[in-house]
Parts: sequence; C-alpha cells; structure tokens
Amino acid sequence: MKYTYYPGCSLEVSSKSYSDSALAVSELLGIELVELEDWNCCGATVYLSYEELISFSLCARNLALAEKYDRDLAVPCSSCYTSLKKTATYIQENAELRDKINQALQAAGLEYKGKVNIKHLLEVYVNDIGLDVIKSKVKRELKGLKVAPYYGCQIVRPLHGFDDPESPTSLDRLTEALGATPIYFPNKTSCCGSSLIATNEELAFRMQKDLLLCVSGNDAEVIITVCPLCHMALDAYQKKVGKMYGFNFKIPVLHFTQLMGLALEIPSKKLGIKTGLVPLNKALMAYI
Amino acid sequence: MEPKIGVYICHCGTNIAGKVNVEEVAEFAGKLPYVVVSKAYKFMCSDPGQNLIVEDIKKLKLNRVVVAACSPTMHEPTFRRTCQEGRLNQYLFQMANIREHCSWVTEDKVEASEKAKAIIAGAVYKATYLEPLEVKKVKINPHTLIVGGGITGIQAALEIADSGHKVYLVEKEPSIGGHMAQFDKTFPTLDCSACILTPKMVQVAQHQNIKLFSYSEVLEVSGFVGNFKAKILKKARYIDPDKCNGCGECALKCPIKVLSEFDEKLGMRRAIYKPFAQGVPNLFTIDKEHCTKLLKDKCGLCEKICPRGAIDYEQKDEIIEVSVGAIILATGFQIFDARQMPQYGYGRLGNVITSLEFERLCSANGPTGGKIVLKDGTEPKSVGILHCIGSRDDRFHPYCSRVCCMYALKYSHLIKEKTGAEVYQFYVDMRCFGKGYEEFYNRLLEEGVHFVRGKAAEVTDFAVYKGEEGKLIVRCEDTAIGAIRRIPLDMVILANALEAKDDAKELARIFSINTGADGFFIEKHPKLAPVSTTTDGVFIAGCCQGCKDIPDAVAQGAAAASEALSLIDRGEVEIEPYTSIINADLCSGCKTCIELCPYTAIEFDEEKKVSAVNDALCKGCGTCVAACPSGAATAQHFTDKQIFSEIEGVLA
Repeated sequence: MKYTYYPGCSLEVSSKSYSDSALAVSELLGIELVELEDWNCCGATVYLSYEELISFSLCARNLALAEKYDRDLAVPCSSCYTSLKKTATYIQENAELRDKINQALQAAGLEYKGKVNIKHLLEVYVNDIGLDVIKSKVKRELKGLKVAPYYGCQIVRPLHGFDDPESPTSLDRLTEALGATPIYFPNKTSCCGSSLIATNEELAFRMQKDLLLCVSGNDAEVIITVCPLCHMALDAYQKKVGKMYGFNFKIPVLHFTQLMGLALEIPSKKLGIKTGLVPLNKALMAYI
Repeated sequence: MEPKIGVYICHCGTNIAGKVNVEEVAEFAGKLPYVVVSKAYKFMCSDPGQNLIVEDIKKLKLNRVVVAACSPTMHEPTFRRTCQEGRLNQYLFQMANIREHCSWVTEDKVEASEKAKAIIAGAVYKATYLEPLEVKKVKINPHTLIVGGGITGIQAALEIADSGHKVYLVEKEPSIGGHMAQFDKTFPTLDCSACILTPKMVQVAQHQNIKLFSYSEVLEVSGFVGNFKAKILKKARYIDPDKCNGCGECALKCPIKVLSEFDEKLGMRRAIYKPFAQGVPNLFTIDKEHCTKLLKDKCGLCEKICPRGAIDYEQKDEIIEVSVGAIILATGFQIFDARQMPQYGYGRLGNVITSLEFERLCSANGPTGGKIVLKDGTEPKSVGILHCIGSRDDRFHPYCSRVCCMYALKYSHLIKEKTGAEVYQFYVDMRCFGKGYEEFYNRLLEEGVHFVRGKAAEVTDFAVYKGEEGKLIVRCEDTAIGAIRRIPLDMVILANALEAKDDAKELARIFSINTGADGFFIEKHPKLAPVSTTTDGVFIAGCCQGCKDIPDAVAQGAAAASEALSLIDRGEVEIEPYTSIINADLCSGCKTCIELCPYTAIEFDEEKKVSAVNDALCKGCGTCVAACPSGAATAQHFTDKQIFSEIEGVLA
C-alpha cells in the first residue's frame, strides 16, 4: 500500500524517533510512505485559534500538493492531523471559504478541489492494514507488559470518525495485538497540556500531573502516545512535574510506533528507543 | 368484452397535487388505450370521491377502474369496496401509487408529473388484462395465542379470556410478570408495582379460559389469518406440575447457589427455584445448567426432601401444537448493556449500577430487603442518576426511551425518602409528558433534588481535588450555568436505554412480521393501526413495538385484545385469491415446483401425473410460476401477461 506522507515539523527534529520508527514499522508492514514534496508547517491548532483564514490556507497548500497524487495522506502527528482534517472539512462545507482559499492558492499556481483523504498513522495501521496482519507479523509478543494507551485530545476529536470520540479503543486493540496488556485509566482522551506550556505553565503542569497520576495509579509500565506533542509533554516535563507536586514519576514514554517496532523485532537503535528523557525501566529493557 | 377503463387521480390535498400536475396527468391518462374517462379530484378516498367512481361505473359501464393515489396498503381495500358498490368485481381494480412512490420522493415538479404518468400508464396497461376473481371465505378459529407474559400480555390475555374466548399464553421464563414484577414502585403515583400486578398474575393462573405455558417458547408458526398453527416448546422443569404445590422445601435444601436473574444478579437463588415468591405459576423449576444431579448425577437432595414426590429428573422437553385464529406478540424489551460505554465505568466501578439493579435494591422483596446500600453495605450519602445512557445517542439508539426521566424522578424520591442522600440528576432534557408527570417533576423540584442540565461525560474514581478521594466523580458540562463540573458521589445509577430484545429479529421471522431500523416490531400504521402488523391476524403490543411506560403498554395490550376479538367475532375471513394455479394440460409432471414450494402447497396427482396447488396453503409467492419449465403455473392477479403489459405501460 502506498501513501503520501506528511511528517510535520516535530518529526523533523524533536520527535525524530517517531519518524524513524514510523518509517521502519511501515516498511515492515509493506506500507510505502512517500514524503510529500515541498510541504509546509500546518500551523498547528495554535494558529487556527488565532487567525483561521491564514491557517486554513497554510493547510490547504499542503492538501493541494497532496491532491496531485491519487493516494491517501498519512499523518503521524495528531495536531497536524486535526488541522488538515479540519481545513478539509471546512472547505468542503463552505463554498465561500473554498473560493477565498483557492484565490490565495492561485498565487502559487495551486488549487484544492477537496479530494484528499486524510488519515492518522494509527488509522492506517488499525483500519487499513488491520490488526490480524499486524498480529501475524509480531515476532516477539510483549507478554505481560502493562501499557497505558494514551490517545490525547486531538486524534478522535469530533467528526474525525475513525474511532469513538468519547471512548476510543483502536490503540487498546493495537496494544493487545502486540501481545501487551492495555491498562484502563481515566483521562485517556484528556489534553496533555502541551500547547499551554508557553502561555500557562502552571495549568499545563497540573494537567500533566493528573495524567501521570492516573497512569501510575493503574500500574502502567509504559505510556504510548500517538502525537509528538503529547510525547514531549509527558517525557520532557515528567521529572519537573513530579518534583513540583512531590511525586517520583518514572514512567517511560514511547511513540506507539516504537512499541510496535519492539514487537516486530526491529533493532531498537533504528527505533530510537533510547532517545527519550525518562530512562527505560526493567519491564521495557526485557524487550531491548 | 372490450375493456372500458376509468382513471381517477387523487390530489391527496397537497400531498400529491403539490408536486404532480394532476390536471395534466389526468389529460394524459384520458388518452391511454381503452380509457373512457379520466378525472382528478381532491380526495378520492372521501365519500364524494368514491361516489364519483360508483356513478361512472354505472353511467359509462366501466369494467376496469384505476385509482392513482397513495400506497395500496393504505387504500386498496377502500377502492375495492367502492368497485363492489358499483357492482364491479373488486379484482378489476388497479391502484397506482403516485404518493409514496412519486410525489413524496421526487423534488422536481416536472419530473414528478412525468413519473406519475409512467406509473399510471403501467396501471392502465395492467388493468386491461385483469380478470375477475372470487374471494374465498374461511372460518376463523376462535382461540388466541399470546406470546409474552409481562403486563401487556397479561392485560391482553385477561381481556380476551373475560369475553369468553380461549387464550394460550406463552412465557419464556418460569414465571409471568415480566419487568414490572421487578419494579419497586411505579411513577408518578408511587403505588407499589407488585400490589397492582400480582393480583392480575393470579387471575391469569386461575382463569378457566387461559391456558398458561410458562417456561415455554414458540418455535414455529404456520397458516394464515384465522387459521394459525403454532408449535410450542415446553421446556422440561423436572417437576411434575400436578404434584408440586410450591412449598419451597426443595430450595431450602438445594446446595447449589446461582446468581438470581430476577434480582439482576445482586442476590442468589438455588438451582431449584422460583424466580420470586409471588411467581405464577406457583411451581418450582430445576435449572439444568447448574443442577449437579442433572449435570453429573450427584446430589438428588430435592427428590428426597419433596413431600409430594414432585421431582422428576427424567422429564423431557415437550412440543405442543395449538390452533389459533389470532396471535398477539407482547415480548417486551431488554435494557442497553452499559459496558458498551466504558467511560461510565459499569462493570468496573462497583457502585455504578443499572436502573433495573436499583429497582431490585429498592424493592422490599429484593436482595437487600429494600435497603438502598453501596457494595460495602453502607448507605450512600449522595447519588447521581445519569440520563440517556444509550438513548438519544447516534452511536447506539437515536430514539428517546420515554421512561427514564420519569423513573429517574421516582428514584430520586425513593432515595431521599429511604436514605436522605443528596440526589443529582444529570439530564439532557426532562421529558415529563404523561398524565400527572409534569406535576411529579415539580414535586421533586421542591423536594430538593439537584438537576444538572448536561449529559455526563465520564464517571471516574480518579480523585483530583480534596473531597473526591474514594468517591465516584461524575464529570459533566452543566449547560445551565456554562461550566465544567466534577461532582463526587457515592453511587451512580445509569438510566440505560430500553432496546429491542436480541431475539426480536428471530421472532419477527417466526411470525412473518418486520422489525424497524430501531429493532422494534413495526406496526401496520403508526397512527391508525398501532397494534396491527402487515401480517393479518398477528398483532403487537407493549414494548416490543417501541419504548413505552406501563399505562401505554396496558392500553396497547387491551387494544390488541380488542383487535383480536373483533377478528374472531367476524366468524369467517376473506382470503385473497392470489394463489397460483397449474394448468393440468400443460404440466409435464416434472415436480420441480413441488420441491421449490416453501409452503408445501403443491401435491402430485399420481393418477393424472400432474402437479396441483392446494389453495388453502398457497400464499401466491410465485416461486413455482418462475420455475415451471413448461409455463403451466400461473399466479392469479399477477399473470405474465398482466406484468409484461404493466412494464410496457411504464416504458411507453
């Protein structure tokens, strides 16, 4: 299967390990990810809340570029996914907006007709490839590993339609397919607070504290994320948040593709497993 | 005789005339072959509309009539009667549906008019070849079969039995009573459910006109209106009903404990049991899934103890066939499994319970003797009731379950009365539409119940703030004050949706009726035939037709009974002559049709070496007509000639 791949800015630098592991896993599953040529930043949700029209135009440029190929667009970052999907939906529903945006795109000799099908990488694996296929490719079952499947707030938020917005299960099911045990914890679709870190640090840290408490209180041995921003928030700030509230959090955070890579026996170096800031624990080291 | 066709086009107010240019269509129809008159009128089904047809039949000597109006399921019988009034054989009438098939579903007026013309031309072309047929009359069996012994079935059974007619009442469980037997009190009057139900249950048991088949199921139904045959599976109880007097000695000694279905698995019963003390019939039943005597031939205590020797481990399932004229289905509902919405924690958080579990907790004959308690046995100090769990939700059931708002109010009152706890209602809209319901709502407002307008998002045991530790926290958006709230509570009751039973589709197949998109049985007409179905002689009542409260269910039970009685008292029923006939001169005796006939209505005449249709059994499905290699089989009123001509008309 061939997809156009939109990595997004985070995966270029701060979450390089997400990109590396996603490409390695996809290759093993027979998915060809062809990077979209000349893509630009999606503007993320921050821009959307500040200036919609410009933000939509930024996203629409990417969509117009992707429309040249008769392929679905695979997106690993929940924030990019939401921005692109939201833009596509608005353009579809609002003819006036579509005309305005296409006017802007014309300056670059582009036009978006509304035909691109946008999919999060999780959706590609679970729905397009299928859990049965993934299960058949697992070489090392992650037996007994207690995984907190953290969805974050953007991937299923409303109308995306590939999973239940209130209680999604795709990541849980994927975890099970790898042989690991998904644990239940409240807040699995709550916001990680990452976009607040710059503007309201205290609130952001409080949200992260709640999340980490939920996860550790339910005996998770590792958190998996589907968004580079969630990963950053939970991994990079974990120590600081713990210190602030008097907890000693030590829960490794992996991109879900890294966990898949371990089960598929991809060398951990290729997956960038050790690039996280929270040190790996015993439970995980058993698979490395 | 040359066909003389009259075409009548109905405006149906603006239903048809709003989209179809009726005058233009009437002019078009007037020019079709053999049409001698073509008229449009505001309401053809009205008296003057029908008179128009009768007069034309007489004056113009019409020998075929086509009415272009609504669906034949709506008014074909009406216009057939009209034809009979004009002394024209009713099968020389043809209906053209230009409402459901045309005006209601076509946006463009020009297109709608063109489509109407095609439909009418088809009808006229078919009418040219219609032949007069004679209606058959069949005697009606005066007995009625009622399936389901909840309050609806009980009401229907008593109404019919009291009028002097025999009823077979079939109930799947060991006792009748249904869900109502599980309830503590009923809204809005707060009268005790058992006190009003159990006398009726006893009446059923004692009524000489009611034959009760409890612990039984209907396996198969054949026949047609007035003449059904039903096969009933009477499951083995391993108890001789003539000897058992319900003393209960056996259950006291039985060593096997099983979670009680009647108590929603909050309490225990024994492997030999009666679901509840007031159960009817007053008989015990051995549960073969759990009884060690039946499973492993160990124990046998009950046989030793029973003072009347009523235990019979050798008893076998029985199949009994009954003949009835009418059937009433009152098979009820089940509640939505809240495990499908893990965000509410049902099955994971012990003190999150369903509505029926609360009914059993609250009931004086329930597992706690009517005490409202938490899993640890203590009384709750605060209780939340979450509305619309599975109802009014596109992911599960888009419909409103109609009873939850009211029982939530009832629960609030009972909780306050019994425990003094604070009660929070998390509602979307309060729907208090029935008699005395709004008044009951007002009463609860005054009793100090907290009404939070907002569907709960989640029930969690993860404490964030002080005071939340060890509690169930309901997160919701309170849309009345525009704030996100976290409310810590001791107990959460889920108002689960009412839904069609898992076996509704299977039942629908057995009784040849249909289920709708919501899973419930479909009535013949939502307003004017609410308890009839498209299968004559089969009626539906109560929650198997859709969500309803006790007053509505009882009213429907009585309505279905009156429909059944009206049918029975007719004494005989007319059968459509749409059977197939086999032309003995053309039949080669290959027997293809005999193997294919789904109603075993075709027999082989060994002497003449030809097949012959038994028209009492034939349903006119047409399978034999399509299969017959020599073209000997014909479906009356749907002959090849008529159908090809109709197609020609549509395409002309």
